[in-house]
Amino acid sequence: MTDLLEARSISRAFGGLHVTDKVSFTLRPGDRVALIGPNGAGKTTLVNLITGDIAPSSGQFLMGGEDITGESIPARVQRGLVRTFQTTRLFQNLTVADNVALAIMQRRRITRRFFSGATERPDVRAEWSSLLARLGLARLAYRKVSELAYGQQRLIELAIGIALKPKVLLLDEPAAGVPRDEAPRILDAINQLSADIAVLMIEHDMDLVFKFATRVLVLAAGRLIFEGSPKDVTADHEVRRAYLGSYADARRAP
Amino acid sequence: MTDIAIDHVPGKRSIPFVQEGLGALTIIALGAVGCFLFPDDLALLTRLIGISFLVLSLDLVTGYCGIATLGHAAQFGVAAYAVGIACVRGVTDPVALLAIGIVAGTLMGLISGALIARFRGLPQLVLSIAVGQLVAALANKLQWLTGGSDGLSGILPGKVFGIYSFDMYSRTAFLFSLATLVVVFVALSRFVRSPFGLLCRGIKDDDLRAKMIGVAVYPRLVIMYGVAGAVAGVGGALTAISTGVVGLDSVGFERSAEVLVMLVLGGAGHLWGALAGALIFQIFEHIVSAANPFHWMTLVGLLLILIVVFAPRGLIEPVLMLVRRRAGKGRPS
Repeated sequence: MTDLLEARSISRAFGGLHVTDKVSFTLRPGDRVALIGPNGAGKTTLVNLITGDIAPSSGQFLMGGEDITGESIPARVQRGLVRTFQTTRLFQNLTVADNVALAIMQRRRITRRFFSGATERPDVRAEWSSLLARLGLARLAYRKVSELAYGQQRLIELAIGIALKPKVLLLDEPAAGVPRDEAPRILDAINQLSADIAVLMIEHDMDLVFKFATRVLVLAAGRLIFEGSPKDVTADHEVRRAYLGSYADARRAP
Repeated sequence: MTDIAIDHVPGKRSIPFVQEGLGALTIIALGAVGCFLFPDDLALLTRLIGISFLVLSLDLVTGYCGIATLGHAAQFGVAAYAVGIACVRGVTDPVALLAIGIVAGTLMGLISGALIARFRGLPQLVLSIAVGQLVAALANKLQWLTGGSDGLSGILPGKVFGIYSFDMYSRTAFLFSLATLVVVFVALSRFVRSPFGLLCRGIKDDDLRAKMIGVAVYPRLVIMYGVAGAVAGVGGALTAISTGVVGLDSVGFERSAEVLVMLVLGGAGHLWGALAGALIFQIFEHIVSAANPFHWMTLVGLLLILIVVFAPRGLIEPVLMLVRRRAGKGRPS
């Protein structure tokens, strides 16, 4: 099977500091990969490199075998490479419905229309209303995003990601800041994603990682120090050392 | 199960074209009031409508896209000069002149947009001033074409549809301008609620987010600039047709600054805000400058300070809040 996304020896230095150091990995259809690592390991930088927000100093990204290293952010999104943000980046002055509808309309290539209906177009409305209902956001549809709680905004962030029907979905700590009782909705939504897409999730909550991931990548000081099953990751010597045992202990606790 | 969940999305009853129709009726009603209350001031009201187009145009760029500009009169002025030059050289049909204004405004808008939309923040603002000054300097230097500092005069348009000639009481000019405003306003109120208009508001909020849903931001902004240029072009054309002269003031920095003030006064990001700002500022300016020719600018400044302090998002905001509250009451919770 062809790789959806391949990173080939990606490096990025800021000044003399190697934030990302010769990172290589592949994402295949159906992959559910967790990217973990201590604070400052360069996880978000790696996501920014993948999306094209920053350019690598060396190395290549390929999607479906094609080199996308030089492509702009929107071009990559149009190829199906979609991310969510760690700190929410939403259209704050628009309603929840407008936010999701814009993603849907952009995907369907109708945002160039000057005089047709927008959010309330029947086909667009049907899509965002069922998506919002699935995430438990339906009654907030016509609220301005800036009026909502942070946890709810995280869910909208995810809704936009799903609405774009990605091939590769990068989730930057989707559960951070979400209240405990709402967190399962996030996992549910991720589990309902089409089976043939690849999902890469940065996450600190190891419970969530173990429920979600079939494969774990561990990043420390910009280098990939481990790649393997969730079962093996806590046993790995180098991973333990990178974390000074914190996660390994957390796993053992009830 | 999903059906029950979908029911939680509150229904949005909207009858098509009601907003557009109400907008058209409101403008016609306002025009009628102006016509009957001030039958001797139709020239002033016509001028006021001409400037309203420029404020609407600025609203598209600043209010809807978040582009800071102090050079917006360039679109208006270039269109006014193009119309004036065409008219002096023999094109006298007012509708054709209007079309020339639209084309000239659009082209100038696309050029300005291509330069200004590349940047953000202060560099953008400075660049917009530079573009405006460049156009103003050209209008001054190309004396053989534009009349330079004397202005371009002798613009004598023919009859509208071959029937209504422009009279010295500005009746035809006023009705022609008002009718054009109704058409443009209806088109714009549809446009700003289109997918493209909504996307522009999104870009204003967060352009990185817009890129991350796959939007190439820069071309969108340039297109929006082109649309805004067309609207400004309408205003420039109507002003040239109705006053019969085009002067350097129509491209000047002061004009750009003044319309920005009008927009902020009325409320950026709403078409009604732009219109209200243009109306209120110019009527206030007219009354106060007649009452006190020496200190009227001071009073205008005072008014602005009061508005920025008490209604920082423009005069339209409290009105919109009332409308929303009433709409909220009507809806079952």
